[in-house]
Amino acid sequence: MKRIALLGMPNTGKSTFFNRLTGAGARIGNWPGITVDLLSAKILLGAEMVEVVDLPGLYDLHGFAEDEQVVRRFLLNNSVDLLCVILNATQIDQQLPLALQLRRLGLRAVAIMNMTDEAEQLGIRFDAAALAAGLDCPVCFISAKYGRGFPEAREMLRHVLSLDPPTASPAPRADFAADEALIAEAEKLIARSVKMPRVLEYGLSERIDRFALHPVLGVPLFFLALFLLFQAVYTLGTPLQDGVAWLLEQFRESVLVHLQAILPGGLYGLLVEGVYDGLGTVASFVPVIVLFFLGMALVEDSGYLSRIAFLTDALMARVGLDGRGFVMLLMGFGCNVPALMGTRVIRARGLRLLTMLIIPFSLCSARLQVFLFLISALFSPTQAPLVLLVLYAASFLIAFATALLFKNRLGGGEPLLIELPPYRLPTFQQVVLRAWHEIHHFLSRATRFIVAGVVAIWLLTHLPAGVPAGGPETLAGMFGGWLEPVLRPIGIDQQMAVVLLFGFVAKEIVLGAMAVVYGVQGNALAQLTAQHMDWVQAFSFMLFTLVYVPCLSTVATLRGESKSLAFTSVSIAWSLVLAWLLSFIFYQSARLLGY
Amino acid sequence: MNLICLSDLAIGQRGVIEEVETEEQFRWRLQALGFRIGREVRLIRQALFGGPLQVRIGSVNVMLRRHDAAFIHLRTTG
Repeated sequence: MKRIALLGMPNTGKSTFFNRLTGAGARIGNWPGITVDLLSAKILLGAEMVEVVDLPGLYDLHGFAEDEQVVRRFLLNNSVDLLCVILNATQIDQQLPLALQLRRLGLRAVAIMNMTDEAEQLGIRFDAAALAAGLDCPVCFISAKYGRGFPEAREMLRHVLSLDPPTASPAPRADFAADEALIAEAEKLIARSVKMPRVLEYGLSERIDRFALHPVLGVPLFFLALFLLFQAVYTLGTPLQDGVAWLLEQFRESVLVHLQAILPGGLYGLLVEGVYDGLGTVASFVPVIVLFFLGMALVEDSGYLSRIAFLTDALMARVGLDGRGFVMLLMGFGCNVPALMGTRVIRARGLRLLTMLIIPFSLCSARLQVFLFLISALFSPTQAPLVLLVLYAASFLIAFATALLFKNRLGGGEPLLIELPPYRLPTFQQVVLRAWHEIHHFLSRATRFIVAGVVAIWLLTHLPAGVPAGGPETLAGMFGGWLEPVLRPIGIDQQMAVVLLFGFVAKEIVLGAMAVVYGVQGNALAQLTAQHMDWVQAFSFMLFTLVYVPCLSTVATLRGESKSLAFTSVSIAWSLVLAWLLSFIFYQSARLLGY
Repeated sequence: MNLICLSDLAIGQRGVIEEVETEEQFRWRLQALGFRIGREVRLIRQALFGGPLQVRIGSVNVMLRRHDAAFIHLRTTG
């Protein structure tokens, strides 16, 4: 099968083009380097199936960022039949040198000029024939966002693929001196083929930035935006959550109870009290998570993330990081795994490791679920938002403190250069695709881990046969007993100790595990939890859950991205020790104060 | 001729790049975003507490840190 490789700088709409071309739901980000996995898809072009690979964005084929190395390695090790170079038409003057550089590889190529809608608004005019002659390849003008020019682009890809391949072999390594010549060539080509208004003004983006990047107002506005986002998620999400919980409860009461007569006792317990209750407890949080990811997708695609890097860089510099680290922490609110992979844009190894060390403290959506449940079970509705705010603040503070503590061992700077792209209002389809991708990931992860997790917990709390379920003689009781000396000083009892043990695998399991341990779900679970622990214990439990190892996927990603077992071990050990210490200090002081 | 550093521009002031005296890796990154000899740059704003600068070059807005910007020398044009 023939292979097409998509290449271009970050912020060229390459991922949007890929999505439109292939119909797949890839991540789309308005932040350099967000597309970290190599996505590929097979499409029908004319009468032939071809494979399209979306390579990471790069500024320079000779660059030293990990993404740029990924591209080089890919081109060296994989056969590519056609290079499809995506260019941002509004920044053609910056982008042509890369296109010329890629042409030197000697592969068949086409150039796709994207964002022609914005370019038109800015009054940029192109001489297509001169551009095609200068680049020595066909050029096509599209708008990936609005889907304009796609039939022409597909036809062009098909046509070029049907031509005979060039005989010259690709030579990805050229010398740096040649690049100076490329830049001169690009400038001549621009003069021949592009008419630009003398001063390019992004009126609206500039006006927004006057507020968004305001020296004094910028940061408060960011927190306000964050607060409004969360407020919207909970205001809309809570009724939906109650609705789903009610539906699941009704189904259990009216349908599943009848299974008790048909199925043998053990199987009924496993399926209904284990799998159904466990999954159901998690499922009721899906609406909130969906809204949460929709909001995150909106922020990510808007171009605001790089502004956040701008606003927070001075603060982050004091703890040995840079503004990108703060953005990664924010991304970690969704899921820590993509945030860890996003650190690939950082080239200095020490800086990257320090950033990776703090990301696991970011309060991800899986932990959010656990907190939402416990907070609503043990705190009044007026206290609830405050408690959640305290946990988010703790998440940031712990991350900063960790960076501060380790910055002399890891860390180290590198020159920082981040593009502030114009604000873009993502299209509805773009946000939905993006959110769907996240939700799909969350659900597949959740169901995979949860079904196995709740089954295992049900077995642990019911074996050996003949002892009272959930009692101290069961396997779970024995594990809990072993852990008790360690966990009693932080107010966590045997049953919750087992839950924490499973939380190591994934935080999505925690609620399901509680449902199975207590043998109930929904409101009954909330009531029973409130009987088993007071607010001090619950907060201690939440603090521990926030800080200790997020999940096995995060550990695997830490290992894979750092390529260092020592670093991964330090990260795990530090989070366990810190979790215990913080919970211990909180729990014992609260008790001393008489709570 | 009077050269000043990009980091010494006043907000709103413009200058033409005369030389970029920095390590090679960073210079290539700068070039890729348009920082080339002879191009005009303009300082748009600076973040609080010695934070980064927002610089416009052509149609592109970038942020870079003050001490990195000190390696870029300009001829001021008002």
